[in-house]
Amino acid sequence: MSTPLPLRVFEGEARVYRRVWRGSVVTSFLNPILYLLAMGVGLGTLVDRNAPGGLEGISYLAFLAPGLLAATAMQTGAGEGAWKVMAGFKWRQTYQAILATPVSIESLVYGHLLWSAARVLLVSVVFATVMAAFEVTPIGPALLAVGPALLVGVATVAPVTAYTARLERDTGLSNLFRFGIVPMFLFSGTFFPISQLPGFLQPVANAVPLYHAVALDRWIVLGITPRVAPAVSVLYLVAWIVGGSALAVVAFRRRLVR
Amino acid sequence: MSAPLVEAHRLTKRFGDFVAVDGIDFTISAGEAFGFLGPNGAGKTSTMKMIAAVSPLSDGSLTVLGEDPRRDGPAIRSRLGVVPQEDNLDMELTVTENLYIYGRYFDLPRSVIRDRIEELLDFAQLTDKRDATVDSLSGGMKRRLTIARGLVNDPELLLLDEPTTGLDPQARHALWDRLYRLKQRGVTLIITTHYMDEAEQLCDRLVVMDRGRIVAEGSPRQLIERYSTPEVVELRFRPDVPIGDEARYAGMAQRVEMLPDRVLLYTGDTDATVAKVETMENVLDSFLVRRATLEDVFLHLTGRRLVE
Ligand SMILES: Nc1ncnc2c1ncn2[C@@H]1O[C@H](COP(=O)(O)OP(=O)(O)OP(=O)(O)O)[C@@H](O)[C@H]1O
Ligand SMILES: [Mg+2]
Repeated sequence: MSTPLPLRVFEGEARVYRRVWRGSVVTSFLNPILYLLAMGVGLGTLVDRNAPGGLEGISYLAFLAPGLLAATAMQTGAGEGAWKVMAGFKWRQTYQAILATPVSIESLVYGHLLWSAARVLLVSVVFATVMAAFEVTPIGPALLAVGPALLVGVATVAPVTAYTARLERDTGLSNLFRFGIVPMFLFSGTFFPISQLPGFLQPVANAVPLYHAVALDRWIVLGITPRVAPAVSVLYLVAWIVGGSALAVVAFRRRLVR
Repeated sequence: MSAPLVEAHRLTKRFGDFVAVDGIDFTISAGEAFGFLGPNGAGKTSTMKMIAAVSPLSDGSLTVLGEDPRRDGPAIRSRLGVVPQEDNLDMELTVTENLYIYGRYFDLPRSVIRDRIEELLDFAQLTDKRDATVDSLSGGMKRRLTIARGLVNDPELLLLDEPTTGLDPQARHALWDRLYRLKQRGVTLIITTHYMDEAEQLCDRLVVMDRGRIVAEGSPRQLIERYSTPEVVELRFRPDVPIGDEARYAGMAQRVEMLPDRVLLYTGDTDATVAKVETMENVLDSFLVRRATLEDVFLHLTGRRLVE
């Protein structure tokens, strides 16, 4: 039996990762943990002292950790959809080379997304383990919280892949992070509840996939009831994955089939 | 006779309103080394990409290895080897990793790939570079690796888009030697080039392309016989001497080509022409007698030179 085409692409990506993973260790694994330490423990001490019981009796570290898990997953997904895809088209031109083999456009995109999902999974599991080590939550719920993180990671990488495939120059990527990923990272409920946002911004935050993953993870880890029904949040994330993947295939075809 | 490996009829490629390949016909048989010779922008790469089943045809019909690229792209690509005009190796990986990953895209079993890598490293003379990253290879080494990569699936048909452009003469000759060996092993080669010597060395048969059309077809020898005299007398003038017009050379040769810096006399009787040329010695810088090449064929067919 022959190997499904997307798995061949996945295997290729895994081989490349085996060579380059050292370079990404700091951004993928260490930075999120440093964030957790600096904000959760450092800043958290200050928050907890000034607002005892303000966050429904939860320490700031515990409040932050599940949100940061989801936000880290989103960021990992964004990176895979941005720099990785730009490299495939321009810097390394590996996509053109792959398409001279039996691998089709769809398989190339799905293999890429599958690999990105694996990266998000890896980063999220490491983060969840650290979260448990800080005694934010037992390891069981921590690992369960990887589910929504994985969803938002893929819900990000799919549309970002589609976006990157339409870019000729990488300045578009800086803009994506500056005006898209970073604001979402900061203002989707990761560091403070979105109820603190000005009223007109709250519906905007509601539309951001990360908001839903953060809410789901706080529900799983802390038992805080989300404002949106969990099933709706899951469906919303799945819709981003499906829609983003379809757009990515279209964008890849436009870029590569000439 | 066996069915042709590639058959094109009125093959056309358009990019928007621009016609890059303008309804060309050709047939390539198994075991041949077939060439597309033409200047920049002639449509060679566009044609190759259609044969490689990566670029859809705009019009006409094309059969590759008995299949239709529009329908059976993956099946065709699994039996082809492709060496693109620009190397697109994975710079971050080593020589063997590049070959290995590529073999996996063709779903070759890992053990088969490992054996084949040894053969290919040997073929490409890269055995001692096996663990070097591609980044650190010279241009000629990269080119050889790209060719080796194109052979990883043991293809019946190898497409080479300008295999030696950018290489020094020594590296080019070494590559020609490798390609010749492949041909002897029964691999069908399709080669594009704008080097006439490459076409003459490698191709059993070729078409001359210009502006999306085929302007002539045959073996290098046939083309030279058909469109040129066997020998050419080339005149170079002193810088301050006007070359004059064509009438000045009438009667010296069968055909005259006026170039900005030279005059070419195509003659069936070299001795007679040389005798006449010698009477012009006072205005000539130099002259030489040489064998006709495909460059002369191209000049005759298009009025322009192949390599500007
Ligand atoms: N993707 C594209 N979009 C628009 N025009 C294109 C595209 N690819 C090629 N062309 C145009 O089609 C014509 C033929 O190009 P092609 O690359 O086939 O020529 P070529 O014979 O391979 O030339 P060279 O010797 O420079 O490689 C050129 O005028 C080129 O600008
Ligand atoms: Mg070309």
